[in-house]
Amino acid sequence: MSVLDNKTSETISTHGEGGAGMTHNTLPLLNEVSHALKRLLRTGESTIIDLRAIPFGPGDETRLMTLLGEGEVNASLDTLGKTTVKETRFSGVWLVDHYNSEEERIAFQIEVIEIPELLRAQTEDMYQSLDRLGEVLEKEMLKLNGGSPPIQ
Amino acid sequence: MAEKNTLGDSLRRHGVSRRGFLKFCTATASLMALPPTMVPAIADALEKAKRPSVIWLSFQECTGCTESLTRSHSPSVESLIFDHISLDYHHTLQAAAGDAAEAAREAAMHENKGKYILVVDGSIPLGDPGYSTIAGISNLQMLEETAKDAAAIVAVGTCAAFGGLPQANPNPTGAVSVSDIIKDKPIINVSGCPPIPTVITGVLAHFLTFGSIPDLDQYNRPKVFYGQSIHDRCYRRPFYDKGLFAETFDDEGAKAGWCLYKLGCKGPMTYNACATTKWNQGTSWPVESGHGCLGCSEPRFWDAGGFYNALSVPISDNSQTVAFAAAAGLALGAAAAGLNYKTKDEAAKAHGTVTIDDLEKSS
Ligand code: SF4
Ligand code: SF4
Repeated sequence: MSVLDNKTSETISTHGEGGAGMTHNTLPLLNEVSHALKRLLRTGESTIIDLRAIPFGPGDETRLMTLLGEGEVNASLDTLGKTTVKETRFSGVWLVDHYNSEEERIAFQIEVIEIPELLRAQTEDMYQSLDRLGEVLEKEMLKLNGGSPPIQ
Repeated sequence: MAEKNTLGDSLRRHGVSRRGFLKFCTATASLMALPPTMVPAIADALEKAKRPSVIWLSFQECTGCTESLTRSHSPSVESLIFDHISLDYHHTLQAAAGDAAEAAREAAMHENKGKYILVVDGSIPLGDPGYSTIAGISNLQMLEETAKDAAAIVAVGTCAAFGGLPQANPNPTGAVSVSDIIKDKPIINVSGCPPIPTVITGVLAHFLTFGSIPDLDQYNRPKVFYGQSIHDRCYRRPFYDKGLFAETFDDEGAKAGWCLYKLGCKGPMTYNACATTKWNQGTSWPVESGHGCLGCSEPRFWDAGGFYNALSVPISDNSQTVAFAAAAGLALGAAAAGLNYKTKDEAAKAHGTVTIDDLEKSS
């Protein structure tokens, strides 16, 4: 437990008051992230924070992004528009940013989890892929056996 | 497998993967202001959601509410929801006019009897029905006729919800709200002048997703969007709590972003979502642009004293409370909001109006 508590105080010490200006909501939020990470480590329970529900003032978002920094993983998904999934410099704390096909932001979240759900292959999609793989295989086998193509 | 003609089915036909569907559900949760933990429940419900029919009636209005919705560069999540809603009658948006349009309305009412959602913007003139008619039919008659077989009514905008600007003193047309007339149907008030586009779509998404109306507050507004005051979610709140107020629009306090309370901000008595959803694609909102809230989502906001008159709530020197302001903030805000409901009613009775002096008021 003491290891975890140390981690927390270390995290808190990285966000002092310096240059806060009008930004008031970053520190409570960072505190929430720190609690969520503690919960993930202790109980395995993940947390998602919807950043669009937070009353950000001018500069709040930039300050939060600076404090979270960039980590080792950076992935991008292409489904119904772009989604970027970035690990922050705090392992297990991810920024998930969803855009639509007109490149407008439709959701923006912090996920405190081992791996964001959207990065996993989904069972339904894997079943579909199995069917499609079958079709490709069938076609290629036909070619290999010197069979004539299905449609003249 | 899944039923035909459901939203899940239509997304699959559009070639959307399960990942895409989950992203859609995440954005929908965010749109409905529901916590992300609701995503699995939303996915489950949306998978089975059926295509509802919507009839949209516009009465005494400025078309601002429809503009708010359609000029919002509807993100594709919202347009996906709209693709899935059958908008059977909307006289501003539909191509048909006159008798053909009315025939479409009657057909939609008949085919979806008891199941369609009726959306109304604008107030209804009872004083002289001649002020607003559609194809020769009075607003009152059209509302009563169309409401009869609706599953629920969504009153979009402060005019439909509370009477709004047409009802402002001296109310020349005898304007009333939808709920002043219809008493036997569930009514959801989506107030605002105009209402925030994502709030309009969020409410429709809720109906589409769960087939039910969301939890409502004392004015029949969905609690998820109207449950907290502007003041409770205002990023300038820490300045209010410290007693730091801008006295004029261009003093040092204004430049430092201090609280706009003394400049007439109605945030403490106003319940709306713009402090977090913001306007124009999340770009900014009135208080962030340096102007106090006008209280546009509240009943009789137009007559509730001058826009630039400060609410008369005692402001104590609470510098000592700063240490626990964050924890006490909500409670303080609730108390201020309670007081201000009283203030506002008194102001409404006195019919305070905006004068040139108010506009030029500098302290
Ligand atoms: S009075 Fe207005 S500007 Fe001041 S904190 Fe409340 S909502 Fe914000
Ligand atoms: S700040 Fe107030 S008046 Fe302005 S849009 Fe928001 S709720 Fe309406």
